[in-house]
Amino acid sequence: MIRAASKAGLSAMLVVPLTGCGGNWQSALDVYGSAAISLKHLIILIVAVCSVVWMLVMIALIAALWRNRDARSSSPEPGRERRMTMAVIGAVVATVLIISTFTVMSFIATRALTVASQDDLTVRVRGLQWWWGLEYVGPDPSHRFETANEIHIPVGRNVRLQLEGLDVIHSFWVPSLAGKQDLVPGRPNELTIRVERAGVYRGQCAEFCGMQHAHMALLVIAEPQEDFDKWATAQRQVATPPTDEEAAAGLRTFLTKPCAACHTVRGTAAAGTTGPDLTHVGSRRTIASGMFETTRGSLAAWIADPQTIKPGNNMPLVPLTPDELRAVSAYLASLK
Amino acid sequence: MAGVLIGLAAALAGCQREERQLRLDPPVADALDKIALMPNRIGGAPPEVYFKLGKPYEANAYNLSQGKRLYTWFGCKSCHGDGQGGSGPAFLDGWWYYGPELVSIFASIRDGRPHGMPMFGDKMTTDQIWQLAGYVQTIGSYEGQTAAPSRNDEKQARPAENRAPAKLLFDEGPSPVHLDQGPTP
Amino acid sequence: MNRPATAPDTHDTDIARTRLTSALAKTWKTPPGFWGALTTVDHKIIGRRYIFTAFVFLALGGVLAALMRLQLAQPEARLIGPDRYNQIFTMHGANMMFLFAVPVMEAVAVYLVPLMVGTRNIAFPRLNAFSYWIYLAGGALLWTAFALDMGPDVGWFAYVPLSGPQYGAGKRADIWAQMITFTELSALAIAVELVVTIFKQRAPGMTLDRIPVFVWAMLVTSFLVIMAMPAVMIASTGLILDRLVGTHFYNPAEGGDVLLWQHLFWFFGHPEVYIIFLPAAGMVSTMIEPFARRPAFGYLGLVMALIATGILAFGLWVHHMFVAGLPRLGDSFFTASSMAIAVPAGIQMFCWLATLWDGRPVFKTPLLFIMGFIVTFVIGGLTGVMVASVPFDTQVHDTYFVVAHFHYVLIGGAVFPLLGAVHYWFPKLTGRMMSETLGRWSFWLIIVGFNATFFPMHILGLEGMPRRIYTYQPDLPWHGLNVFVSLSSIVLTIGFLLFFINVFRSARFGEVAPDNPWDAPTLEWATTSPPPSYNFPRIPVVGSLHPLWDDRDTLPVADGLRTDRRELIVTTLASAGPQAREASPRNSIWPLLAAVATTIMLIWSIFSPWAVVWGSIPIAVALIGWFWPKGTPEDES
Repeated sequence: MIRAASKAGLSAMLVVPLTGCGGNWQSALDVYGSAAISLKHLIILIVAVCSVVWMLVMIALIAALWRNRDARSSSPEPGRERRMTMAVIGAVVATVLIISTFTVMSFIATRALTVASQDDLTVRVRGLQWWWGLEYVGPDPSHRFETANEIHIPVGRNVRLQLEGLDVIHSFWVPSLAGKQDLVPGRPNELTIRVERAGVYRGQCAEFCGMQHAHMALLVIAEPQEDFDKWATAQRQVATPPTDEEAAAGLRTFLTKPCAACHTVRGTAAAGTTGPDLTHVGSRRTIASGMFETTRGSLAAWIADPQTIKPGNNMPLVPLTPDELRAVSAYLASLK
Repeated sequence: MAGVLIGLAAALAGCQREERQLRLDPPVADALDKIALMPNRIGGAPPEVYFKLGKPYEANAYNLSQGKRLYTWFGCKSCHGDGQGGSGPAFLDGWWYYGPELVSIFASIRDGRPHGMPMFGDKMTTDQIWQLAGYVQTIGSYEGQTAAPSRNDEKQARPAENRAPAKLLFDEGPSPVHLDQGPTP
Repeated sequence: MNRPATAPDTHDTDIARTRLTSALAKTWKTPPGFWGALTTVDHKIIGRRYIFTAFVFLALGGVLAALMRLQLAQPEARLIGPDRYNQIFTMHGANMMFLFAVPVMEAVAVYLVPLMVGTRNIAFPRLNAFSYWIYLAGGALLWTAFALDMGPDVGWFAYVPLSGPQYGAGKRADIWAQMITFTELSALAIAVELVVTIFKQRAPGMTLDRIPVFVWAMLVTSFLVIMAMPAVMIASTGLILDRLVGTHFYNPAEGGDVLLWQHLFWFFGHPEVYIIFLPAAGMVSTMIEPFARRPAFGYLGLVMALIATGILAFGLWVHHMFVAGLPRLGDSFFTASSMAIAVPAGIQMFCWLATLWDGRPVFKTPLLFIMGFIVTFVIGGLTGVMVASVPFDTQVHDTYFVVAHFHYVLIGGAVFPLLGAVHYWFPKLTGRMMSETLGRWSFWLIIVGFNATFFPMHILGLEGMPRRIYTYQPDLPWHGLNVFVSLSSIVLTIGFLLFFINVFRSARFGEVAPDNPWDAPTLEWATTSPPPSYNFPRIPVVGSLHPLWDDRDTLPVADGLRTDRRELIVTTLASAGPQAREASPRNSIWPLLAAVATTIMLIWSIFSPWAVVWGSIPIAVALIGWFWPKGTPEDES
C-alpha cells in the first residue's frame, strides 16, 4: 500500500518542474560562471574551425568522386603525381598549423582557469554514494557547518571547493559554472568557481559511481553577499524545536526509529553521520540529491519507499505507520 | 567446450549469490523479523520465509557486503574493532558467547545482550540486521566463503573475510587472539 | 604417424598441375566432421570461425545498445533498473571492445594476411587454434555471467575503487577482469603469429616496399597489441589479487593508488583505439585501389603514417584523465601529443582523397562504405581534436559528447571499413558475391541511421547529459533529443539487419564469384575463391606492389616445396629472399585441450588462489602433449 502510494506520489512529483531558474540550467552552453564562460568561447571557436575543416574535406571528397574526368589512362603520370604530392603536403602543413594553434590556445585557457587565492570562501565537497556532503569552513572555527546537496555561494566571489571522494570516484560538474573535476579517494582536488549572476545552477556527478550515478545531482545557488550571509548564519543555528504537535510527534518518531542512526539534526539527539545532515533540510530546494523539490509530500513519498524511487541507495525502507509518516514528514518540512 | 560447461556450472552455482535484492517488501520484512528463539535466547530457528527466500543472508555477496558497510556505519567497530574485539568480544577467535547460529547473532543485534551490547532493533531495519548478522558470521568463519567480502580500502590488520581470517589467525598459533579464552576454540 | 619416405616426386617441381593440387590437398586438408573441426589448424577455417563469432558478439552487443536506447527514450523510465542497466552498458562496452572490435580485426588478418603475403598457413597455426578457443571461452564466460545476472556492472573501464574489493560486491568485477585475461591472451597470440608471418613468410620478392598496406597495418597493430595488452593484463591481475587475496595495489590507505589503475588501464586503453582503427585504415588503403582503379596514392606516406600513429598511440593515454586532478602542465603535454596524432590521420585521409581524385571510381558497395568512412571518421577525428584540449575536455569529459565522439571513431572509423571489407572479401571467403542491391540499401540505412543516432549526442553532451546514467529526470531538457536518438537507432538497426540478411542470403544463394571479381592487385586474388586448403598451388613470386596488375597474365611462381608434408617458404626479413623450407604443423587436438585446461584454471582462479597451483598441472600436461618432439626435421635451408 505504501508502495502504491509512493508510486503515485512519485509520478505526480516527477512532472513538477523545478522552478527558479531560466534557460538550460545544466548546460555547457548556457554559462554564468567565469570559468564556464571562457570555456564556452573556446568551445565555440574550436567547433567553428573544425566545422570549416570538415566542410573542406567534404568538398574535396565530392569533387574527387564526381569531377569531370578526361579520358586518360589510369597509370600515374609524374606531373600529376607531383602536383598531388604538393597538395597533400599543403594540407598536412595546414593541419599542423591548426592543431598547434589549438594546443597553444588550450594551454593559455588552462592557465587562466587555475587561479585560487588563500582567503577565499572554502567549501569542502565530499562525494558519497549517492549524495554530496558539504562542509563550510572558514578562518573562524565557529563558522563551520555542514549541509548537503546544495551549495550556496555569494555572487562575484571566488569560492574554493575542496573535493574529496569518500568512497568511490565521483566528479563534480556544474556545467554552467565550470568544467568538471574528479573527487578521487586518497587524492584531494580543488576547484575554484565564481559566478557573476545570481541564480540556481544544477550539476550532477559525472564519473560513474555505481547504482544511482544517475541520481546524484546538486544545486549551486548564487546569491548576493548579504543573502548568502543570512543563509550561512541560519545554517549555523541548531534546529528550531518543533512548535506544533504534529511536528513534535515527528521529532519523537525520528529519534525512536532508525532515522536518527544515520542522520544528524543538530540540536536534537540525532547525530548519525552516514546520511546527509538534515538540520535545515526544509530550507533546501531538493531532497534525495536533486530527486524532488522539497515538499511535505515529496518527503513523505521518499521516506515511505526510498528503494522504489532510487533503487539501491543506502536509505532503507523503514516501516512506519501512516501517522508516523505524516508526522515525520511534517517535522522534516518544518526544519527550515 | 568443457571449459564452457564448467564455467556454466560455476556460474549457475554463483547465480543466487549475485542477485541483488534492493527492496524487501514490508510484509516479508515483518515475517523475517519473527524468529523463534530458545528460551535462553541462544539458538533457535529463523522464520519459514527465510528458507523460502533461499537463505539470502548467508551466501549472497551483495547482502554480505552491505552488512560490511553497516558494520562500519553503525559503529560496531567502536567495541568489536575489526573483529579482533575491544571493549566488546572478538569475532575472530571462534568463541560465540551465544552460539554461532545466524539467528543468535540476529537476536544479539536486534535485542542486545547483557554486559554492554546495546539493542539495534530501533536503529536498523530487519533487512539491515540480517545483512549485518550474516556479515558478522563471516568474520568468525573457519572456511573462506567465495561470497564473503574482501578487504576494505583502509589500513588492514587481519586477513579479509573471504580468506577465513579466524582460521588463519588461529593457525598462526600460539598467542591467542583473546587472552582470557586460550588458544582452543 | 608414419609418413611415406621422401621420394623425388614429392617435391612440386615439374609435376602436372592436377597431380600437384591433389597431393597438396591431401597434405593440407582438414578432415571433415566434428573431429576435424576440433583439430584443424587451417588459418582460413579458424579465421572464418573467428570472424563469425565476432559478428555474433556484434549482434549481441547491438541488442544491448537497443535496450539502452529503449530505456533512455523516456525520462525516469522504469523498464530496466539501475542494477541491470549498469550491467548492460558495461557488457556493451566490454563486449564491443574486447569480444568484437579487436578480435574481428585480428580475425580478418588471420584469414587474409597469409593469403596476401602468399604463404600456405599462418605462423604457429596451433597457437592460432588455441587463440580461438580461448577467445570463445572468454566470450562465453562473460555472456553466461550476464545471463545469470552476475555480469560485470562497473563499466568497461572498471575504475577502482568501484570495481575494487570494497565496492564491487560479488564476483562481477572478477568476471570482467578474467574476461580481459582471456581476450588479451588470444589477442597476444595472434599478434605474435602475425608478426612472424609478415616478417618471415612473405612470398619471395615481396620486399618491405611491396607489402600491401593492410598487411603493414596489421604489422603495426600487432606490435601495438604486444606492447599495450600487458599493461591491462597487469592491471586486471592486480585487481583480481586485490579482490581475492587482499593485496593493496589500489588501496590508498596501504600505499596503493587509485589512479595507478587509470594509468595502467589507459596505457592500454588508448592504443586499443588504434588497434581497432589501424587495421580499418589498412583495409581502406587496400580496398580503395580496385575501386579507384589506380594504386593508392602515397604508399610511403600511408605506411609511415601507420607507424607514426602506432608510436604516438603510447604517448597520449593521460587525455582520458584530464579531470582526475593531475598536474596541469603535464596535462598540456598530453594535449600536444593527442593533437599531434591528427597529423598521421590527416596524411592518410589526404592520400585517400588524392587517390579518389586521380582515380576513376567504381561505385560498388565497398566504395560506398569507404565514402561513409571518410564522412564520419573526419567528424570523429575532429571531435577527437576537441577532447584533446584540456579546457574543452573539462566540459565534455564523461558526457554524451564523448559517447558520440568515440562512436564516430569506432563505428565510422572502423566498422564502416569493416563492413566494406566484408562486401569486398566475401567472395574470397565464401566463393559467392554479396548482393549489390541489398548492400546499397544497408549502406544508406546504416549511414543515415548512424548519423541521426549519434550526431545529436554531441549536443546532449554539451547540454550537460553525463554518460552511464540509467535514466534522467523529466525536468532536464534532454527528452526530445533522446527520443529522436532512440527512433534513429531503429533505422541503424534495420540497416544492420539488412547487412546480416545479405550475408546469410549471399552465402547460400549469391552469384558464384570468379577468382578476382574486383580486378584487385593483391595476392589473395591470385588463388581460387574460396582458396584451397594449401592457398596457392605454387608459391607466387612478387615483383611489384601490385603483382596482379603488373604481371596480369603470368604471375611467376616458385617451386621446390614438398607436397607430401606441410612445407612453406621462409624468406628474409627485408628483401624477402628465400631462406629455408619450413615445416608447418599438422592438425592437432592439443591446442583445444590446452585451451580447456587454461579456461578451467582462469575461471577457477576467480574463486580461489589455489587454482593457479592445481590448475597449472593440466595445462602443463596439455603443453607437453602439444610440444612433444616429433623427430622430424623442422626446416631445410
